[in-house]
Amino acid sequence: MRIRKHHLFWPLAMLAALLLFNLIYSPDFFSLQVRGGHLYGSLIDILNFGSPLMLVAIGMTLVIATGGIDLSVGSVVAIAGAMACLTISKGSDQGSLGLVLSAVGLSLVLSLALGLWNGLLVSGVGMQPIIATLILMVAGRGIAQLITSGQIITVTSDSYGYIGSGSLAGLPFSIFLVAAVFAAAGLLTRRTALGLFIEAVGRNPAASRLAGIRSRYVLLAVYLFCGLCAGIAGLILSSNVSSADGNNAGLWYELDAILAVVIGGTSLTGGRFYLTGTVIGALIIQTLTTTIYMIGVPPEITLVVKAFVVLVVCLVQSEAFRQALVRRWKTRHYPAEREAAKHAS
Amino acid sequence: MLLNRKYLPIAVTVFLFALMFLAGAFRYTGFFSLQVFFNLLIDNAFLLIVAVGMTFVIVSGGIDLSVGSMIALTTMISASLVQEQGWPPAVVIPLVLVLGTLFGWGMGAVIHYFKIQPFIVTLAGMFLARGLCYVISINTITIDHPFYQKMAQTKVSLPGGSFVSISVLIALVVVAAGVYVAHYTRLGRNVYALGGSEQSALLMGLPVARTKIAVYAISGFCSALAGVVFTFYMLSGYGLHAMGLELDTIASVVIGGTLLTGGVGYVAGTFFGVLIQGVIQTIISFEGTLSSWWTKIVIGLLLFLFILFQRLLLVRPAARKL
Repeated sequence: MRIRKHHLFWPLAMLAALLLFNLIYSPDFFSLQVRGGHLYGSLIDILNFGSPLMLVAIGMTLVIATGGIDLSVGSVVAIAGAMACLTISKGSDQGSLGLVLSAVGLSLVLSLALGLWNGLLVSGVGMQPIIATLILMVAGRGIAQLITSGQIITVTSDSYGYIGSGSLAGLPFSIFLVAAVFAAAGLLTRRTALGLFIEAVGRNPAASRLAGIRSRYVLLAVYLFCGLCAGIAGLILSSNVSSADGNNAGLWYELDAILAVVIGGTSLTGGRFYLTGTVIGALIIQTLTTTIYMIGVPPEITLVVKAFVVLVVCLVQSEAFRQALVRRWKTRHYPAEREAAKHAS
Repeated sequence: MLLNRKYLPIAVTVFLFALMFLAGAFRYTGFFSLQVFFNLLIDNAFLLIVAVGMTFVIVSGGIDLSVGSMIALTTMISASLVQEQGWPPAVVIPLVLVLGTLFGWGMGAVIHYFKIQPFIVTLAGMFLARGLCYVISINTITIDHPFYQKMAQTKVSLPGGSFVSISVLIALVVVAAGVYVAHYTRLGRNVYALGGSEQSALLMGLPVARTKIAVYAISGFCSALAGVVFTFYMLSGYGLHAMGLELDTIASVVIGGTLLTGGVGYVAGTFFGVLIQGVIQTIISFEGTLSSWWTKIVIGLLLFLFILFQRLLLVRPAARKL
């Protein structure tokens, strides 16, 4: 009974159910192969393709924990990719490490600046987060297209391609990026007081201010971090396909990321947050996508399946829904059971 | 003060619309005509209808992300039934309106009874409606039914040589009905009360459950009606229709002076919010050399200015009280 109370129980159960389904459907699902020093297999694919979503969702978790939301991550993903590809395509030698590093640096600085913009609007001007980030979400797509001049910029650079499709110690490099960001976020929030500050600001901004927390800087920090995470995700995505598409890169990422956070058990009203839950949530979404493709569901109805899974996950996590079920079950059995118990004793 | 403070955001929206229209008139020949103004309505009739429904949802303190997908689904169902099954439009149009209302009603019920955030529920609704389009067909279904053709091409002549389409008349009726419901009916007052504070509304004994569900049902009905109008406009059903329209709608509502926190806003403001979006697009098309992405940047900028302005309006009375 107690294990069901653990906050990771429902997300892990969902993931396990999905994986189990895959195992029954195709036993090859869990097989890993080593080819040319690299690991191959469906599980590795899920980790690799899921890494941008995991990154964005980690940043989103902290924002949601402060009671906010960041709708602009999809646009930041597009802008970061566009900026990096533009810088590289302008260079004379696209493969040179210095150029790639400066491109990566430039787009990360740009995504930090965009995070700063969101943070200032929320903490400085005092706008509602959903609107403050809606501005950048709408305008950001335009900016990304402005950077790429409406074209798809293609680059041919092995060093840049390494970020999204290279491998380190047999595993895709992007997994290490996710691990690093996850570790950094975990250490910063769980080993320092920052995590408590974030939860306090999310639970009650006024009370936390009175308690002496500089909620303004806490808010600024989470939006900066979210921008950075989205920027890294943008680099991974664009480097994976060696091109930047201002219109379609990172489309609907904000929705998937918010979904991952909610599946992970963090409430949209702010307060307690669960980074591990978020990563599991992102993995659930990616596994679901892979599963849908693998079992040959026609791509047309992918969205329908996704909608039902979202609804089921949210219903399962909704306290009101679980109580309604329990109440119905109880009222149906309770009087008879009491009667039986009376006679037995 | 000459003007009631609560009408100030609307006044600014109207003023800005007039300013942009005049700026366009000075810059481009042929801009300042009644027909250009009516074209704004013709091209944005569906947006107007959705935005009226969205205003109710946002005033009640919620949000509806499913409207764009609902429009696509409506075009798809209409096209498929009329074109492939041969059903008469007189049956199909009421049917899709009922379906849209039921869809919104269902989302409202889930939001209220299971206490899941509107954002998530309507997001699931958005995936579901968009997905159902592809279940029907992944291709465009062109409609050549005489009734739809007629609705698309009929021009209602107005004095002065200008004309509007039938869709515009439908949209104007919806706006009028929206204003009436919001300000002159019990339901409208309940929606404002609910948006102001759900707890207070509950304590006052207002029917919170019914109102909340009704708001989403209204939005569902409006998006289905917008879908019907969109079908007249595009004469086809397609799963990719009205992509991202939910954001345009929310932007229009916010530019129209409605607060996303709920409780404050006017349907009339939304009307001008939609017109402002239309003017931006018209100016960009008149300019010719500007690319389409400037629309997004300008709308983002306008959103920013408006919200900043609303903040200032809200902050100042609060500061005076201290």
